[in-house]
Amino acid sequence: MRQLRIVILKEFYHILRDSRTLLILFGLPLVQILLFGFAITNEIKGAKMAVVDASGDDISREMVQRLTASDYFIYQGRAGSREEVLHLFREGKIKMALFIPPNLQRDFYHGEATEIQLLADATDPNTATTLVNYATAIINDYQLEKLDAQDAPFQIKTELTMRYNPLLKSVYLFVPGVMTVILMLVSAMMTSIALTREKELGTMEVLLVSPLQPPFIIIGKVIPYFILGMVNATLIVTLGVLVFGMPVQGSWLLLGAETILFILTSLALGILISTRTDSQQVAMMMSLMALMLPTIILSGFIFPIESMPRPLQLLSNIIPAKWFIIILRNIMLKGVGFDFVWRETLILFGMFSFFTLLSIRNFKTRLA
Amino acid sequence: MDVITADKLTKRFGDFVAVDQISFSVKQGEIFGFLGANGAGKTTAMRMLTGLSRPTSGQAQVAGFDIYRDVEKIKRRIGYMSQKFSLYEDLTVSENIEFYGGVYGIKARDLRLKTSQLLSELGLQEVARTLVGSLPLGWKQKLAFSVAIMHDPALVFLDEPTGGVDPITRRQFWEMIYQAADRGVTIFVTTHYMDEAEYCDRISMMANGRIAALGTPQELREQFQAPDMNAIFLKIARGSQTA
Repeated sequence: MRQLRIVILKEFYHILRDSRTLLILFGLPLVQILLFGFAITNEIKGAKMAVVDASGDDISREMVQRLTASDYFIYQGRAGSREEVLHLFREGKIKMALFIPPNLQRDFYHGEATEIQLLADATDPNTATTLVNYATAIINDYQLEKLDAQDAPFQIKTELTMRYNPLLKSVYLFVPGVMTVILMLVSAMMTSIALTREKELGTMEVLLVSPLQPPFIIIGKVIPYFILGMVNATLIVTLGVLVFGMPVQGSWLLLGAETILFILTSLALGILISTRTDSQQVAMMMSLMALMLPTIILSGFIFPIESMPRPLQLLSNIIPAKWFIIILRNIMLKGVGFDFVWRETLILFGMFSFFTLLSIRNFKTRLA
Repeated sequence: MDVITADKLTKRFGDFVAVDQISFSVKQGEIFGFLGANGAGKTTAMRMLTGLSRPTSGQAQVAGFDIYRDVEKIKRRIGYMSQKFSLYEDLTVSENIEFYGGVYGIKARDLRLKTSQLLSELGLQEVARTLVGSLPLGWKQKLAFSVAIMHDPALVFLDEPTGGVDPITRRQFWEMIYQAADRGVTIFVTTHYMDEAEYCDRISMMANGRIAALGTPQELREQFQAPDMNAIFLKIARGSQTA
């Protein structure tokens, strides 16, 4: 036990003396979560809008008022002509424009077909789609309200409820994602670098000649990163809950246990990488290319897995992060218990066992 | 008493025979020089004796224990200083001493005493709290050697300990080796500085996985009719190329 303790203590010295490591360990999660929480967001607020109103009647004015009364649009002003609007688009002064044809009010009450045109700046297609969807929804709402007042005989209203995330807050998506990426980074990459560093510097050989048991060397070096992973997970969840109002509907205990399982899986991956190489550079590249990129791109953190081409969908199954993100979303947002995530848990556990066994085998062949 | 006895010790990697039936013994308190060109098999031989690698065949005892069955007991009784610098540069002098002391199971109370004793012997009290990385290479090397023998091993393996060190520091380093040998510590040292070979009590020279020459420097000079170790080394190296 004492041997284990001194190896752990030594690893903490290494971590605390290296400012770059500290920055990655604590700066990165903080920056990422704040960035994703505040800066990068799918919600759109205050998009500037111009209106070409050829009617100028009550209906058209009310409609514009409706649009600008929402948080989504800011009324930039009336434009006289199509050319003027195009000019405003080119200058980047507006994101959307609304064209109202003449005689809107008359046509509306006489049941004539009327058309309103929405123009959006699609240099950013996602924003454009969202804006147009928002505007259409608001206009439809307004239209139904007006017809309602007239007692139209038939109408179908749709009522939408977004389950688990009624306000469609993007932070609900990002907190589990950032947590997964950070834990992967701390556990797998930092561990693989810490282990290969000893090999590169030649101190690993000295440790192996010493009475220290090889498993103790590895476990002792890995425990600090396990602890730091837990600290980071706590930090991220706390920030998510306190700053962004991220809910944790399910059991905290289950959340903790699943997090431990994911950290262990990542640690095993880090150890596995370190058994394949003797250089810190290679270990870092392998971690980045083989772990971080798939974790960010194929885990469903940013891009939905359902809309990926079939081969990538299949590939995503071997990414541990995918399963952990599903588990996190289930526990935090849906509030379900273990009976709903046992399958994902089992997959993660299988991966953990596989990586561990493979590492042990590689380690042994190296020593023979 | 023999601290190392090797009998037909062999290591094969597939078809390649890295160490081919070497037999030799090293007496207690002796400075034993283990020489050979790169790839001659000395590193592999040393890895087998230190328990890092399992022999393919042959027998050997180190510090009185069998290298197949009692690797763990051997590890407690040997010291090791690697070719690469074996201390941690981002730990202070005393943290390094305490870490390796702990690794070799020196008890906490003894360790404190031992640390201050070692620091004063080396004259490093002033820099005890300095990171090892900022010390001059000569000091580091001496510190590494002291740390390698702080648990009073029967035998210490030094793998090219003076690589890249200036001649003055090398001299001082050899003085430390002599002092340790006088206290009864057996020294097993590899080097490719031939002048250092002359400092050894006995030398073995390896070529192609075999021991090509074994004896005191005096004996070898007579046997090979050569003026110094360098000439003997060249003779053996040439011989191994033509063979």
